[in-house]
Amino acid sequence: MFHNKRRAGALTALAAAAALVLAGCAVDSGSGGTGGTEGGGSDNLAITFLPKNLGNPYFDTSSAGAKEAIDEFGGTFAEVGPAEATPDSQVSYINTLTQQGVGAIAVSANDPEAICDALNEARDAGVKVVTFDSDTNPECRDLFINQATAEGIAKVQIDLIADQIGDAGEIAILSASANATNQNAWIELMKKELENHPNITLVDTVYGDDDDQTSFDKTAALLQTHPNLKGIISPTTVGIAAAARYLSTSEYKGKVALTGLGTPNQMREYVEDGTVTAFALWNPADLGYLTAYAAKALIEGTITGEEGDSFEAGKLGDYEVGADGTVLLGDPYVFDADNIGDFDF
Amino acid sequence: MTATTTTDAAVRTYRDYDRPLWQRVLLTREMAIIALLLIVALIAIPTVRGFSQPITLTFLLLDVMPILLIALPMTLIIITGEIDLSVASIAGLASVLTGVMTQAGVPFELAAVLAIVAGAIGGAINGFLITVVGLPSLAVTIGTLALYRGLAVGLLGTTAITDFPEFWTDLAKARVGGSNIPVVLFLFLVLLLVFVVLLHFTPFGRGIYAIGLASEAARFSGVRVERTKFILFMLSGTISALAGIYYTLRYGSARGDNATGLELQVIAAVLLGGVSIFGGRGAIHGVIAGVLLIGVLASALRLANVTSDVINIITGVLLVLSVVTSSFLAWLRKRRRAPGGTPRVEASTAG
Repeated sequence: MFHNKRRAGALTALAAAAALVLAGCAVDSGSGGTGGTEGGGSDNLAITFLPKNLGNPYFDTSSAGAKEAIDEFGGTFAEVGPAEATPDSQVSYINTLTQQGVGAIAVSANDPEAICDALNEARDAGVKVVTFDSDTNPECRDLFINQATAEGIAKVQIDLIADQIGDAGEIAILSASANATNQNAWIELMKKELENHPNITLVDTVYGDDDDQTSFDKTAALLQTHPNLKGIISPTTVGIAAAARYLSTSEYKGKVALTGLGTPNQMREYVEDGTVTAFALWNPADLGYLTAYAAKALIEGTITGEEGDSFEAGKLGDYEVGADGTVLLGDPYVFDADNIGDFDF
Repeated sequence: MTATTTTDAAVRTYRDYDRPLWQRVLLTREMAIIALLLIVALIAIPTVRGFSQPITLTFLLLDVMPILLIALPMTLIIITGEIDLSVASIAGLASVLTGVMTQAGVPFELAAVLAIVAGAIGGAINGFLITVVGLPSLAVTIGTLALYRGLAVGLLGTTAITDFPEFWTDLAKARVGGSNIPVVLFLFLVLLLVFVVLLHFTPFGRGIYAIGLASEAARFSGVRVERTKFILFMLSGTISALAGIYYTLRYGSARGDNATGLELQVIAAVLLGGVSIFGGRGAIHGVIAGVLLIGVLASALRLANVTSDVINIITGVLLVLSVVTSSFLAWLRKRRRAPGGTPRVEASTAG
């Protein structure tokens, strides 16, 4: 009797779990089919975007741009990604995409080295690899779509802060995570650019880990630690929005300048209430759009990623591949109270 | 066989012996998990596109390897009724130590050995605080979880070290000949053999169960409770450091945040594999099946374009269900046993 109960219990557990598995499979068999290799070979326009993590408005926007492009040329768009921005979880997804045999992977790398082997395995299996937003080592991908040159980004932010604080005083940087490839490169270049502004001192660099609450708290701590602070640069969209939210409700509003990289929808409120005068960014939707067209050109064999190759990118016009297999989207764009109303992303 | 067990059952109330051998082997939690693993794999092969490729096995084994490795000592520790939450931090610390020493010019092999020694020391610190000072393992290892992770991040700061000998990074991903079996699997199989013999076929291993069932009774029966636990925590630190070095080589990158959160995946797999969190019960084959079940599920669901949140939800529900079922069964057993003095025989005849 007892072991019958026990067996019944085990069977119940089994059945329940199997049901879950079946449910999972049922959900996906549809989408799995659409991500398929119907075309085969070089016509396989199944392009999957693998952002640093899901649920990040910046990547939601770039994926929307990518989807627009892929719909235009009749490919298959998909987006997968880990919940948290860690390199090892991206490796699992890259392996999965290799197994699925997609045409191209467009990835924003969480670590320039850690996902390299997985990407190279994908390329060995015939998958084209385009990095966007955050690059890997150049030997691990076919193309990197650069949103802006690091020099351009560093310069525009220093120019903006210099303009806003009268080219003199203490400033601080609120960055993303301490390991972030992009932000660290920009910060180094900003330090160089500051040599042209002898009256501006960079007193601190803090890391908000691209987490809203952490960035908010770090802003508060910065203002406590450095009472003479005149400006904050936050080269990350999460950081600048959190810092603006803190400033707008604090006594520092209008006294401490804030600039950096932000998206118009996140920053609109703070530009309109005067907390922020101007900030910069590229258009992530355009970035996704260009990435999708670059992936298409690679899949179809129009380009191989060599320097000097050129391809057509729908509404954005023609682009040429630069040194190290890099394609540059364009100059950073400055948003202020006069033009922010024209943008919705 | 049947005759002897029946007479035995009348005298002894030890529950395992009132059933024939095949039932004792097959009707266990471990077998339920193995069956579930097979069912999931069999469902996934025809329904999930790409799952049936041989390469799936390679990626799957490489992905779960750190969990498999650490699950071995974790199983033994949980059977004694203790827990070690610091394993992922020790893995991270070993990863960073290997990286820092390699960068400073120490040959990689020596650096790796030193990092494993550091892992053993880390485990010994846990063991010392738990057995000599007498603190609860949950509290001690939560503390060292933060401590070792802090050391790892502090040592390397914001950078990642990526310069390792290609021979070793290739070996971490190499496959045997032209097959899809990763070479690193053999390292695991050797350790598996050691742990199976240790747990199931030595007095030391039987002592581990005795401690988990009743620590005081074990002590009076001559089991050296403190020494056993100390050795287990040291083993756990050593294997975790080994897993950390594997992690470093597989991803070619020594970072302070390597293997963050791995301890929860290990413990989840161990519990799913039929080890009781209260100690005293569990077997290694169940744990291996538990690890593989979580890995196969995640792999199949990812291939089927299910998002990571849904994968986490399914794994979580599975774990809760498995713990609930085992508690429910234990409750049933207790209720059945409580009223009479020898309900076992009656129950058997009634069934």
